[in-house]
Amino acid sequence: MGRVWKFGDDIDTDAIIPGRFLTIYDPKELASHAFEGTRDEFSKEAKDGDVIVGGKNFGCGSSREHAPIALKGAGVKYIVAKSFARIFYRNSINTGVLPVVCKDTDKISDGEEVTVNLKEAYIEAGGNRYPLEPIPGFMQEIVDAGGLVEYAKRR
Amino acid sequence: MGMTISEKIFSRHCKKGCKAGDVVMAPVDAAMIHDITGPLAINVFRDMGGDKVFDPKKIIMLFDHQIPADSINAAENHVMMREFAKEQGIYNYDIKEGVCHQVVPEKGRVKPGDIVVGSDSHTCTYGALGVFATGIGSTDMAYVLKFGELYFRVPETIKVSADGKFGDRVGPKDLILSLAGDIRADGATYKALEFCGSTFLDMEIPGRLTCSNMAIEMGAKAGIVPPDKKTWDYLKDRCTCTPFTLESDPDAKYSEERSYDVSELNPKVAVPHNVDNVVDVSEVAGKHIDQVFIGSCTNGRFEDFKEAADILGDNVFSKDVRVILVPASKDEYVKVLKAGLIEKFIDAGALVEAPCCGPCMGGAFGLLAPGEVSLSTSNRNFRGRQGSTEAFVYLSSPATAAASAIKGVITDPREV
Repeated sequence: MGRVWKFGDDIDTDAIIPGRFLTIYDPKELASHAFEGTRDEFSKEAKDGDVIVGGKNFGCGSSREHAPIALKGAGVKYIVAKSFARIFYRNSINTGVLPVVCKDTDKISDGEEVTVNLKEAYIEAGGNRYPLEPIPGFMQEIVDAGGLVEYAKRR
Repeated sequence: MGMTISEKIFSRHCKKGCKAGDVVMAPVDAAMIHDITGPLAINVFRDMGGDKVFDPKKIIMLFDHQIPADSINAAENHVMMREFAKEQGIYNYDIKEGVCHQVVPEKGRVKPGDIVVGSDSHTCTYGALGVFATGIGSTDMAYVLKFGELYFRVPETIKVSADGKFGDRVGPKDLILSLAGDIRADGATYKALEFCGSTFLDMEIPGRLTCSNMAIEMGAKAGIVPPDKKTWDYLKDRCTCTPFTLESDPDAKYSEERSYDVSELNPKVAVPHNVDNVVDVSEVAGKHIDQVFIGSCTNGRFEDFKEAADILGDNVFSKDVRVILVPASKDEYVKVLKAGLIEKFIDAGALVEAPCCGPCMGGAFGLLAPGEVSLSTSNRNFRGRQGSTEAFVYLSSPATAAASAIKGVITDPREV
């Protein structure tokens, strides 16, 4: 159980973690700058189990993996959006913050209580359930292995 | 069924027929890392149990985002990468050559038909040379460093045909901004763009690099120009390669086709804070600007500075505008220098910096204060991209940027 952090369309990686912090690699330190300048309260108030809910094209822009790492460092385990930018989607899978597609994110409001059930493919927010699209097969293998590092170690 | 260029490239690499939508493990011909995403890739490579990289000759290393080191953290990252390069036998261009997406083609490190990955989203730039090149994150890069291959989803292709000749002071940047405005920021997500038609055939390599560079701004995985005589001529003295034909079959399946007549195109500007907020320059003409940046992997080549110098003529830059010029590589810098343009720019009031990414990513110098407005020839105008989240970044061609730097307000380059 966590709270919804609601964002709109085209949330770019510069908004998630600005360029001047990219010399940092520690997840907690990156988290302390997440959404700096665009949503300052996020880094102070985000807790384990909170969920990011976005519109279309979440994570567009840079290949910086610092973006999903910053969100992971803040305790976020799931990002639910109508659609994702390609590189951010892969980076999220690889770093273990799961990006899941939900077409109904417009119906979800900021601050609502939220749970994500990946197994049964739904998100429950504000007392309502919305279906999630399953993670594609090839990505599921990496998720099941516990991320790309673990997947690579098994080779 | 015929195949697209992307399908052909993947089929050749995977030694089996690959069609759009297939998920394949494919070997890469080159992998590029720089000072921002490289250290993370190296750390993850170690976490994966990495000992030796798959092939040091296929790994391209350089520093361009924060050079010379602008913080102790950046300096430490450079040291760590230098040590890794030495340990692994990787040639490191270090801080001396310039921006990755200019240096990689310039040094002949990629050639038509290759699959190339870089831990930078604008790696799609090399598509200008008929390369399937795409940006990846650091963990994917760590996997590539270790195994020399990566999972790819073979993309569908959007065919973009452009015909006709550009009008005066209108060029490739205006075309690609126009396309971004039409396709939108997510309109090509997971797809490849293929650039065809007489405009692209007439276009020189620098203009093609500008167009392929911005494929990612539409979400695209690659932005490919079929290789032709211009491509092979460009590569002739840069690498060993034998010309061959690489084009989509006439009956290849495209997910979408778009056509442009560039003779009717006006100079374009992307207004804050999204790359796809594209308007004719006339719609924002007269807007006050505090800073002009000409440079970056999009528009930091000799031809860009030559055009800026032609527009400058005997004028000087507005005293109210900070004009920052950054050639994209050492070679481009020397060309600009030998043509006498650097002295001309400095005399006109500009600051000319050594080759690097400059203000583009907002990591090093040239950052904006709250309320300030910048006109930039780079590829992104996201909120906060070049400093304060309360600043405003407009994107344009070098011609529009130069004209605006003279007038101190956004200006149609045909009016100077």
